[in-house]
Amino acid sequence: MIHNLTPAEGSVIRVAGPVVEAKGMSQAVMHEMVEVGRNSLIGEIIRLEGEYATIQIYQNTSGLKLNEPVTGTGNLLSVELGPGLIGGVFDGIQRPLESIRKLTGPFIKQTHGVTALSREKIWPFQPKAKPGTQLISGDILGTVKETNLVEHHIMVPAGIKGKLVEIAPEGNYTIVEKIALIQEEGANGKKTNIPMLQRWPVRTPKPYTQRLFASTPLITGQRIIDTFFPIAKGGSAAIPGPFGAGKTIVQQQLAKWSDANVIIYVGCGERGNEMVEVLDTFPQLLDPTTGRPLMERTILIANTSNMPVSAREASIYTGITLAEYYRDMGYAVALMADSTSRWAEALREVSGRLEEMPAEEGFPSYLPSRLAEFYERTGVVKTIGTDNRTGSICAIGAISPPGGDFSEPVTQHTKRFTRVFWALDAELAGSRHYPAINWMASYSEYIPNLTDWWHKNVDATWSNYRDEAMRILQAEDELKNIVKLVGSEALPDKQRLTLETARIIRIAFLQQNALDQIDTYCSPQKQHKMLKIIIDFHHLAETIITKGAPIFKVTQLPVIVDIMRMKDNIPNNKLEQLDDVEKKMHQDMDNLVTTLG
Amino acid sequence: MLNSNLEYRGVSSINGPIIIVENVKNVGYDELVSVKTPTGKTRIGKVIQVSQKAVTVQVFEGTADLSPSQTRTRFLGHSLEVPVSTEMLGRIMNSYGEPIDGHPNFFTEEKRDVNGYPLNPTAREYPKDFIQTGISAIDGLSSLVRGQKLPVFSSPGLSHNALAAQIVRQAQIRNANEPFNIVFIAMGLKHDDADFFRKGFEETGAIKNVAMFLNLADDPPVERIITPRAGLTLAEYLAYDQASHVLVIMTDMTNYCEALREISSAMEEVPSRKGYPGYMYSDLASLYERAGRIVNKKGSITQMPILTMPNDDITHPIPDLTGYITEGQIVLSRSLEKQGIYPPINITTSLSRLMKDGIGQGNTREDHADLSSQLYSAYAQYNAVKSLVTIIGEEGLNARDKEYLRFGERFERTFINQDRTENRTIEQTLDLAWSTLSDLSEEELLAIKPEYIQKYLHKTKTEAK
Repeated sequence: MIHNLTPAEGSVIRVAGPVVEAKGMSQAVMHEMVEVGRNSLIGEIIRLEGEYATIQIYQNTSGLKLNEPVTGTGNLLSVELGPGLIGGVFDGIQRPLESIRKLTGPFIKQTHGVTALSREKIWPFQPKAKPGTQLISGDILGTVKETNLVEHHIMVPAGIKGKLVEIAPEGNYTIVEKIALIQEEGANGKKTNIPMLQRWPVRTPKPYTQRLFASTPLITGQRIIDTFFPIAKGGSAAIPGPFGAGKTIVQQQLAKWSDANVIIYVGCGERGNEMVEVLDTFPQLLDPTTGRPLMERTILIANTSNMPVSAREASIYTGITLAEYYRDMGYAVALMADSTSRWAEALREVSGRLEEMPAEEGFPSYLPSRLAEFYERTGVVKTIGTDNRTGSICAIGAISPPGGDFSEPVTQHTKRFTRVFWALDAELAGSRHYPAINWMASYSEYIPNLTDWWHKNVDATWSNYRDEAMRILQAEDELKNIVKLVGSEALPDKQRLTLETARIIRIAFLQQNALDQIDTYCSPQKQHKMLKIIIDFHHLAETIITKGAPIFKVTQLPVIVDIMRMKDNIPNNKLEQLDDVEKKMHQDMDNLVTTLG
Repeated sequence: MLNSNLEYRGVSSINGPIIIVENVKNVGYDELVSVKTPTGKTRIGKVIQVSQKAVTVQVFEGTADLSPSQTRTRFLGHSLEVPVSTEMLGRIMNSYGEPIDGHPNFFTEEKRDVNGYPLNPTAREYPKDFIQTGISAIDGLSSLVRGQKLPVFSSPGLSHNALAAQIVRQAQIRNANEPFNIVFIAMGLKHDDADFFRKGFEETGAIKNVAMFLNLADDPPVERIITPRAGLTLAEYLAYDQASHVLVIMTDMTNYCEALREISSAMEEVPSRKGYPGYMYSDLASLYERAGRIVNKKGSITQMPILTMPNDDITHPIPDLTGYITEGQIVLSRSLEKQGIYPPINITTSLSRLMKDGIGQGNTREDHADLSSQLYSAYAQYNAVKSLVTIIGEEGLNARDKEYLRFGERFERTFINQDRTENRTIEQTLDLAWSTLSDLSEEELLAIKPEYIQKYLHKTKTEAK
């Protein structure tokens, strides 16, 4: 409860789509969750003037009439936290879509009284804290094996500290049963019963002890991302791109293969069939490190484009609040939001109905501050609680700029608050170069943070090879303009070699087939070895060209086909086969030199 | 409904399609309104805002000859409903599902809310069954899948109507005896175009399988907002109650969006890009997302919306927002049309997102996926070479580039191009693809598994000899 007053009891005085006005609401507070009408539609107060409240309704308002009742709930718009989140599919305000389907069939109709987490399901609770110890918020009371991949820590809720008087013995409990009793200091200290179920308001960030430096990469198995534009655990990234450039595939690849402990996938105003695709494939795909179905670490927030627009606005806050909850347990969480443009449009639509003064392209002037509030909830932190766990949230937001034009407000403002920018390119997508991430327009500010990790865990030469490859791509980009004018035949052999190596980097390394069993995930070790072979090829070829080998002979070396196919021919667990390619490369070059005499 | 007996005389203001009625009690948001003109005709509208002072009503058939004092309104207590029935197949209806083909009225089994309800994502079944349109550029490279929404982006003057008619005639589900119907939704269509479709369907006999909803260019724009909803409501009935596979053709979405803009500005809403309302994305999604399949239901709804891009601009809000919702797009190109290629499908910008799961062994053929990605990248290469030729001439090309030039020209002439009555099976399409690829050297075919090259290309080459 946010206040001790009796909840407001008002009535509807205006209905305009998802925006409703009510009077008699002087007891209400800003952002309070209210129930509206005879069907108890869920809404949130977004403006208060005297006894008048403006309410954003998260369900369809068809049939809502004047004078229908509006009741305050005494809570801010919040989510339920506890075992049962993982593997769940929720809408933007955390209503469980599976349960709704049982009630209303395949189509979503007005329902009420459905809770996000099941009150009946029992969970095996394992106590960890000892009675008599002093506990503070964030301390772990016990654990529940939520799935085979996620050990759920039941933590002391925010605002509670004191002596643990009682703790439930090992056994099966529902989330509403009491599992601990904590008493504040002093003989008459307040006693609080604690169940596994907790709540947290979605628009308030959960507290942490301290922010830490992000120095571990989120390994995604996607070569252009990990090697060229990496993101750190606790980092933030933007993927803007016109339609058809493959935003969703990139997001889904990240959700599938990232080495995070928990994945939260927010489908925000996107296609229904895409959510089904995730629901269909994730239970079958296995996590590359643990071999368990990916659904065992995934939460889906599905607010598709035909579902109420205001719940779309809430969906990313719902997602990030769940992320913070798992971060507090000490996990690395990755959140994918597809697409933040649809979220911004929901903001615009509600703002328009409130008759606010529009700023750029009709978006409200508070768009940038809302974006900042969201992305600033990412990061690596020392969590609350005495045992100093480290947890992180990394957020990857897809952007759908109108007409693919990156100068529009959502892209521009997101760029200010994220540190990685993966620019998707319609032209690359048109030539079926996937992932269609444009290497000239993209950047990552995390490279200096992560170099140490690569050098320690993969190879001490990592950054040399990466930088060299980037230089070659850069050189190609400049040469391309000349080639357009005079044709490649007119260039000197060394420059033609640069073009050839760049072509190999593009096809053999940057292009990655999400649908190929082997190529869909590429381990960091394989990434490094592949790039090393390509760059070594470049250097060796440079040497023999200096010795007089003609470029057309170099580009016809049989090893080039092996290099091109190493991404889908050589599995991650048979990297020694890459040594064979390397050997063949040396042989081919030697043979060519011999024929020169 | 108690309320529906109450008739209110007089409205306080009339502006475009919007009327405002004061002192009305017990009215719900989105409710249907019957509006009686001073001459006694009845029109319908819906409530778009209720407040203590007044109710705002959008009148579907326009507000011409309404007068503030003589107009009478009656609030019906439910939202707009249209009849649904299998007897609507073979018939032509207006936006409200009433027959306008001169034949007797059909027996209405049931009426349904035109807005439908959002489909629960967990109740959806992922679309993965191939639909053969008989058109190589679509079947081979941007395959249509049951339950998909795949629009055609055209421009004024291109042959999208011929293409739509051909798809209606030829579309079929392979190896299946399940019922297959077409709902044809015409929005703001010119009389000539409407006749073209009507005659075409009647002559070929396709009409018995088609339910046609017709809204002409000179019908009131507000009605255009209802037309697709009425058609989709019937489609849902056919698919989920009658277990039929329904292909919905919606043309022309540009007219629909123009109507949306017209109404929005009459309501004095804050406009977004190019004057279109900020909610156009959500509004279009409420139509397009009605495509799909449902778990444990036999039927499916597949959509092919057709739109004409204003000024041939694919970044215009109408194609742009559509492309963000639909699962791919088929883009028509003026330059191919000028070269006499039909259908003038621009391969580079066309795409079917659901293709990957609807093709391959069991659906089409094992080599389909590799073959299509090879064609895409080879055709992209051809386009790059072509732009090079304009600067340095064909003589300046190296051998590899010349191969691509030959491939691309043949590909356009024989693969993309086909007759308006030519119905190619998917096997014919794929074999044709192999024979165009035989212009390239085998080292170029990096997207294709070597075993398929062995199995199909070598066969093609031997046959050619």
